[in-house]
Amino acid sequence: MIELENVAMSYGGGELLSDISFKLQPGSFHFLTGPSGAGKTTFLKLCYGALMPTAGQVRLFGADVRGMSRDDVAMMRRRVGVVHQDVQFLDHLPLADNLALPLTVAGRDLMAENANLNELMTWVGLRSRADALPPELSGGERQRAALARAVIMSPDIVLADEPTGNIDWEMSQRLLQLLVELNKMGKTIMIATHDLNLIRAAKSQVQARVLRISNRRLQLAGADL
Amino acid sequence: MSLNTPRILEFLTGDAQADRIVPPTGFTARLTQFSAGAMAFLCVFALALSLATGRLAARWGDELARSSTIRISAPAEQVAGQTQAALRLLATTPGVKSSRALSAGEQAGLLEPWFGPDLPLDSLPIPQLIEVIEQGEGYDPAGLRLRLAAEVPGAVLDDHTRWRRPLVRAASRLRLLGWLSIGLIGVTMAAMITLAAQAALAANAQVIAVLRLVGARDAYIAQAFMRRFTLRALSGAAIGTVLGMLVVLALPSAQAEGGFLTGLGFRGWHWLLPLFIPLAGGAVAFVATRAAARKTLGELT
Repeated sequence: MIELENVAMSYGGGELLSDISFKLQPGSFHFLTGPSGAGKTTFLKLCYGALMPTAGQVRLFGADVRGMSRDDVAMMRRRVGVVHQDVQFLDHLPLADNLALPLTVAGRDLMAENANLNELMTWVGLRSRADALPPELSGGERQRAALARAVIMSPDIVLADEPTGNIDWEMSQRLLQLLVELNKMGKTIMIATHDLNLIRAAKSQVQARVLRISNRRLQLAGADL
Repeated sequence: MSLNTPRILEFLTGDAQADRIVPPTGFTARLTQFSAGAMAFLCVFALALSLATGRLAARWGDELARSSTIRISAPAEQVAGQTQAALRLLATTPGVKSSRALSAGEQAGLLEPWFGPDLPLDSLPIPQLIEVIEQGEGYDPAGLRLRLAAEVPGAVLDDHTRWRRPLVRAASRLRLLGWLSIGLIGVTMAAMITLAAQAALAANAQVIAVLRLVGARDAYIAQAFMRRFTLRALSGAAIGTVLGMLVVLALPSAQAEGGFLTGLGFRGWHWLLPLFIPLAGGAVAFVATRAAARKTLGELT
């Protein structure tokens, strides 16, 4: 689904990532960890076409990112749900419209999808907040909303960048629960986090593999954490 | 892009959902609309000026060219004789439809605006004027002058070209100025709308980033902004045009007083022309916003 081959990434100065080869298997559950500034966000951005590698090849659903037009990237993003730490919404639209935004921009019939939307809002526990504007939501509500928006198109992959960075432990676990449920439904999940407790909590529920970025390389971390 | 009516209609009726993705911006929306309105208002006048000076040039060039004047300046006792001689000569000149000597009353009337009604014209040596009306291709002024010089020594032919030509030229220049103004108004409107659109795109960087993240194509994002600005310019320009036309309608007509002046206004089917101003304004906004949106989107991932 996502394949990186000898990928290197540098921003002006030195290389942030080098010689990374990785293949994301369908249905897998990955954690991506490493110290702050190690390049977790950069790695994820490479995985959804927000960045072009400075060397090597990135293939998303079989297509080389370098050969993708801006429209190809847009179409590809409908198959990849992305959750950011500082998630952004359209602040002038109520939550329900924000969650339905991927459907709107894809030209789907919102009336037909209304049941799905309601079900999804119930699933993330935001049914009662449907009419709230994004700035009125708490941190935990925003993260769950971001997850709901990321999965409404029923993507194959969900990439989450520090999804629990701004929320308390209880809320983190609830969010993790949702991601685990998605994985059990067959979605491929990759979560970048430096929260080892979250990884431990996940390991008891799901077959999760841990990738670590250190010294510019991607390594598969040992089972012992 | 070709003019495709169904696509334009689809663009204008739009997609209510897509419309909402651009945050409402009350104040800048009003400013864009106001600018478009003001420009359209000015454009109506520039158009009226161009059309009026066009008419003026046509009148001076055409109508006045159909008439000319012969002035007989001779000692008092010879005036009548020479006038008769000139009239006879004109009667046999090809291209002359009719000619007649102006009466003393008519001549006094011509001088009245300059000297007042109480001037004792009888005691002054006023030359006799003969009005010549042409037909067809007109007469040959050089030939007529030669014949007049031979037979009526006191006659001077004035075929009006001497003072008509600069007037026609002035009118043409004025018309050119009018069209230039219309061009400048269009470019200024494009510049203002580009600035407004660019400001809106910059202010909505977050909106655009979110839309890109959830898989919106550039065309979709650009369309939402283009629609917003095109409709604003269209509505603003429509209001400005209507106000401008009302003002032109209310202008006092100079037609009655000034014989060769023409009112600054529209005549007949020319009233339809200003109705194209809002359409042109909308088109300018469409192109300007599209260029701004493409530029902004191209710089984002």
